[in-house]
Amino acid sequence: MIDEDLKAADCSCKTDSIIDEMAAIFNENTITEGSLIPILQKAQTRLGYLPVQALRYIAARLNKSLSEVAGVVGFYSFFSTVPRGKYVIRVCLGTACYVRGGKEVLSALEKHLGITVGQTTDDRVFSLEVGRCFGACGLAPVIMINEEVYQRVKPVKVGEILAPYKMREAEMEAVK
Amino acid sequence: MPRITINNITREVPEGITVFEAARETGIRVPSLCRMESFQPTGACRVCVVEVEGAKNLVASCTTPVSEGMVIKTNTKRVRDARRLAVELILSEHNGNCQTCDRNNTCELQSLAFELGIDNIGFTGEPACSRTDMSTEALIRDNAKCIKCRRCVVACNEIQTVGALFPQYRGFNTLIGPAFNYNLADVTCVQCGQCAAVCPVGAIIEVSHIERVWSALDDPSKVVVVQTAPAVRASLGECFDYPPGTLVTGKMTAALRRMGFHHVFDTNFTADLTIIEEGMELLTRIKKAFVEKQKVALPQFTSCSPGWINFMEAFYPEFLPNLSTCKSPQQMFGAVAKTYLSKKYGCRPEDMYVVSVMPCTAKKYEAARPEMNSSGVRDVDAVLTTRELGKMIKQAGIDFPLLPDEEMDKPLGVSSGAADIFANTGGVMEAALRTAFEVITGKKLPFNQMHVEAISGLEGIKETELTITGTKEEWSFLEGVTLKLVVAHGLGNARKVVDAVKSGEKEYHFVEIMTCPGGCIGGGGQPRPTTDEVRKKRIEAIYREDEGKALRQSHDNPKIKQLYGDFLGFPLGELAHKLLHTHYTEKERI
Repeated sequence: MIDEDLKAADCSCKTDSIIDEMAAIFNENTITEGSLIPILQKAQTRLGYLPVQALRYIAARLNKSLSEVAGVVGFYSFFSTVPRGKYVIRVCLGTACYVRGGKEVLSALEKHLGITVGQTTDDRVFSLEVGRCFGACGLAPVIMINEEVYQRVKPVKVGEILAPYKMREAEMEAVK
Repeated sequence: MPRITINNITREVPEGITVFEAARETGIRVPSLCRMESFQPTGACRVCVVEVEGAKNLVASCTTPVSEGMVIKTNTKRVRDARRLAVELILSEHNGNCQTCDRNNTCELQSLAFELGIDNIGFTGEPACSRTDMSTEALIRDNAKCIKCRRCVVACNEIQTVGALFPQYRGFNTLIGPAFNYNLADVTCVQCGQCAAVCPVGAIIEVSHIERVWSALDDPSKVVVVQTAPAVRASLGECFDYPPGTLVTGKMTAALRRMGFHHVFDTNFTADLTIIEEGMELLTRIKKAFVEKQKVALPQFTSCSPGWINFMEAFYPEFLPNLSTCKSPQQMFGAVAKTYLSKKYGCRPEDMYVVSVMPCTAKKYEAARPEMNSSGVRDVDAVLTTRELGKMIKQAGIDFPLLPDEEMDKPLGVSSGAADIFANTGGVMEAALRTAFEVITGKKLPFNQMHVEAISGLEGIKETELTITGTKEEWSFLEGVTLKLVVAHGLGNARKVVDAVKSGEKEYHFVEIMTCPGGCIGGGGQPRPTTDEVRKKRIEAIYREDEGKALRQSHDNPKIKQLYGDFLGFPLGELAHKLLHTHYTEKERI
């Protein structure tokens, strides 16, 4: 699992702007012993993902090794080291969602979008990820699209759920 | 003190210890593949499980503290089955290839599988994908063999505070290694090999120089010269089942001769030379600071330990001027051998092949540094670890215990006891003091056996002060001066010392750092396992070697005097500078 993708994604870079963004985060926040995860969250919110330059900057500022910072990033599915789409679709595969068909929902989404878990559509509109319990087991199976929660999702309905997002994108494209 | 019952033995055990430790104190061995002495247990391997009465599940004994009235069973069917299951699961994804593995016969997983009587692996796991990282001079990593016990992570992060290795990704996809599965050479790694020293399997090993040494020995055009570091004589015996702390200097010498080395010499010789050069360097710096009131880089840090050099180049480049410019004894030896000796033998430097036997993996990196070619060619051609020498002796069909004790060759095999103690923490400082004190005062270091008690032993950071009185005329400026000295081993401790100097909290004149816990006797290339118990035994052996010598001070070594007289000129002189000193380069920290 060599992250060649990651290296490739970072070559296209705008390193300076990444460093500026990171410096801003460090200026705006008090840094303490346990700052790594909050800083990573803020960095991902700003950049949309965590490029290696950002991680190197964070590691140096927090006096940690890149290996440790990358280890934390790799552990949490929330963090992504590759650019993600405008809408991140997270399919819950926690126990309740799994037994109530989460996997089928995921397959349907993969088929519909033409991507697999961890990938982003070519137009950078959708990314597909898996989550482990969103705390909404009573509504299983659940998916989230950015902050929006969709409950009792049926595989056949995924197209319907995605339609408004696609429409919005098409309209914005047209305006451009 | 809680009272516990363990396998029907009822006894009191110290408060706060774990079930694992209580079992061991009771004489019951519980296996573990991940536990590391004196570190927070990780509970990663699950093979130390035991039955505790009243607990629903088996518990990991390494993470469970004892409590009053606890009833523990370590040898029931349930326990044995669970341990077997844990090991079978590890084996099901372990891409081991025992017969061709570096750890064949010294593998903890292999012997545990045997001990547990595993005759069949009941699972067909997806074997971990093999990717061999051979990017560094010293170490090879193979993730396919890794059992994810995380001992190397503790060694790299907690002991050494280097942080090259860390668990990456999650669950079945977990890989222990550098960020993003990069190669080791792509991140900051000091190549100390403490990871290889604690790895229970063959996932991290040293880059082998065995074949290149055999080739050199087979090459009739080469004069093959060997040097052995002091720490090796106190540990090589362990490769042949001698108890830790057995000195095998004489047998080792005999073995090297029988393997075909033309000249068997001693890194000790250049350890003595280091003391002369580094001692003079220190006194020069102090003189500049005290008499000429010049701004000089003080404290002076020792420079014998290549992992420490790598550490400073990456983490504290602002302190590079504080490092002694002296090369390590290994590199001084290479430079002297390929100039002074080759001239003596009438051969060209390129026809001489210098092999060193080291307790160290970082020495492989050091020997390959581009600047280490003062003789015009690479000064040290191959570096064997103690473990590799043990293997070669076996390959040569030498029955080690039957060997006679032999003496090393002259001139580079002559050394003082001060050189022997380079092997352990505090030793370089003590050796330097033995010489410096006599140079300054004309008297022997005023301690029992010239041992500086305050800086010996396994305490991580050891400070002491030495007030100088009765100075000779030319050193009178030091009369009444109190030298502040500190010794640290393990890079985590070294970091604390440098940070304290950096913040101004501490002021020292001279700082001895050894990369590995215990010093070189605990090096990354030493026979496994190295525990504190083993470290103590090896250190005792080194002190015995020192005390048994007629020469106890580096400057008394007649062959050193001869080397200066015949060849080098004088300490810190032009030729000495060219051959024995080096410079350091800042490295990017990743």
